[in-house]
Amino acid sequence: MASIDLKGVRKVYQGNVTAIHALDLSIADGELVVLVGPSGCGKSTLLRMIAGLETITDGTISIGDDVVNKKEPAERDIAMVFQNYALYPHMSVRQNLEYGLKNRGTPRDEIDRRVNEAARILEITPFLDRKPRQLSGGQRQRVAMGRAIVRQPKAFLFDEPLSNLDAKLRGQMRIEIRRLQRSLKTTSVYVTHDQLEAMTLADRLVVMNGGRIEQVGKPIELYDKPASLFVAGFIGSPPMNLLPIAALQAIAGGTMPSLPAGTDIVGIRPDQVVVGSGEGIALSGTVELIEPVGGESHLYVRVEGLDQTLILVQQGRASVGEADKVDFVLPLAALHGFNKESGLRVD
Amino acid sequence: MVENRPWLTFLTHFVLICGVVIVVFPVYIALIASTHGPTALSSGMMPLLPGAELWNNVVQVLTEERRGVAPFWLMAWNSLWMAIIITVGKIAISIISAYAIVYFRFPGRVLAFWLIFITLMLPVEVRIIPTFAVVANLGMLNSYLGLTIPLIASATATFLFRQFFMTVPDEMMEAARVDGAGPIKFFRDILLPLSRTNIAALCVILFIYGWMQYLWPLLVTTDPKYYTLMMGVKRMAAVADADPQWNTIMAAVVMAMLPPVLIVIFMQRLFVKGLVETEK
Repeated sequence: MASIDLKGVRKVYQGNVTAIHALDLSIADGELVVLVGPSGCGKSTLLRMIAGLETITDGTISIGDDVVNKKEPAERDIAMVFQNYALYPHMSVRQNLEYGLKNRGTPRDEIDRRVNEAARILEITPFLDRKPRQLSGGQRQRVAMGRAIVRQPKAFLFDEPLSNLDAKLRGQMRIEIRRLQRSLKTTSVYVTHDQLEAMTLADRLVVMNGGRIEQVGKPIELYDKPASLFVAGFIGSPPMNLLPIAALQAIAGGTMPSLPAGTDIVGIRPDQVVVGSGEGIALSGTVELIEPVGGESHLYVRVEGLDQTLILVQQGRASVGEADKVDFVLPLAALHGFNKESGLRVD
Repeated sequence: MVENRPWLTFLTHFVLICGVVIVVFPVYIALIASTHGPTALSSGMMPLLPGAELWNNVVQVLTEERRGVAPFWLMAWNSLWMAIIITVGKIAISIISAYAIVYFRFPGRVLAFWLIFITLMLPVEVRIIPTFAVVANLGMLNSYLGLTIPLIASATATFLFRQFFMTVPDEMMEAARVDGAGPIKFFRDILLPLSRTNIAALCVILFIYGWMQYLWPLLVTTDPKYYTLMMGVKRMAAVADADPQWNTIMAAVVMAMLPPVLIVIFMQRLFVKGLVETEK
């Protein structure tokens, strides 16, 4: 159990490519922090720097009270779950779980106790004597988790552990990881590009872009109050509608409210657009496409005078058909203002 | 050939059978010759059916002392040693050098790889004179070391292991590092077991390579104590003032063929597995 502190951490690759720009982050003891961002944003690099698999160009990383910059991965007392699991193919599941403990000189009875305990928690006891290739994807995933658990490390590092699983299994394992982390209370850093996974797992969410942190906070805070255009577009599915003020003013006419100075883009979540009439910016358009998802319907609406298609979410079945005209309102309270130049939120 | 045309099937089989006959016939002749008495072969008419003298010929090869030829058992022993030392030496050196080249970043790493790779273009025959000079100056003529060491350094096996190591995912090494395995532990506990089938395949190839060496042993040995089988068979045929005794020579040839044949038969499964599939 330990906190993780990153102070002014930078990573510059050969040829002066900066992967991580001076980055500060503290992760509290027992917290599950999810690093999320598009591919190439540096989230995996950051995780690997914490693990000790990448060198640190500048700054310090401490786990607990130790600065671990110069320490080997094994000395950092962390455990990592890899995207492709990286199980040792020639060892049985039991040997896979034992390997790290054996290398540390853990006594035999202690190894057995921990392996059996981990196998019980993860329900892999029946497979202990099988080889990894005799297991399904989900079972391999559990073994990879087991290899981390038996070590009882200061921190778990997850590198997109669920991305090789099918959608159903991914949902199941997500819940399991959450439950496990809650009961073990081990500090965890979890990297993913899947924003749904990020939202549901995280105690705190770190949105990264281009080697920098865009915003840190509780998932719902980020959803409700995105600090930048990037976060606004990245968090939430379907994504937030981002509309330029200039175009809106031309088509909304009298219903256009006065907005804080510096606002030139407004955003609104698709589920907060109200179909019909009411208070707010009144618009109308043509429905291009309807995606019935089941519990809700996604309407793609083209509005005369706007370059992009708006997405509206209606609960239940859509009240209109494709190619129909639809009137809708953007309620003022649901609007997010952004400055295009800086990319930041304006309140 | 998607269509099923009978004459085409016939033609392909005919060509294949011709090829097989061409390859197998000399071996068959050797087998037949080893089963006849000395007179049957010197009459000028080569018999094509087996005779009854195989046992006598074998006994004669194993027991008879000839001038200029070492006893059969000693030569077989020498060949065996040579083949085993070459096999073990080559695999040991090449797996370690491939490990260094793939997993360690050190100055001159690429240069080292290319130097090894370039030696593929220089087989023993091409560099035989300088190699002989080096071996002679080191005083290794007429010794097992002289017989084997120049043949041990191997680019082929290094290259094969390098290719295999590069297919092992990086995460495997990273997982081992997180699990507290240093370079030696990773090599011993993970890479070696994973290379098992490759090593088996190489064993087969290299054993036969070592067993079949002729030119090099011929050069570095003058003491009959170190003669190998391949040299011995040739020497048995080179008798002065008499016809070579083809029946016993062929019996020796057949016996010299046995170890490689047995190795291929018994290790065939592992051999094919090592060459075509990798367990990841």
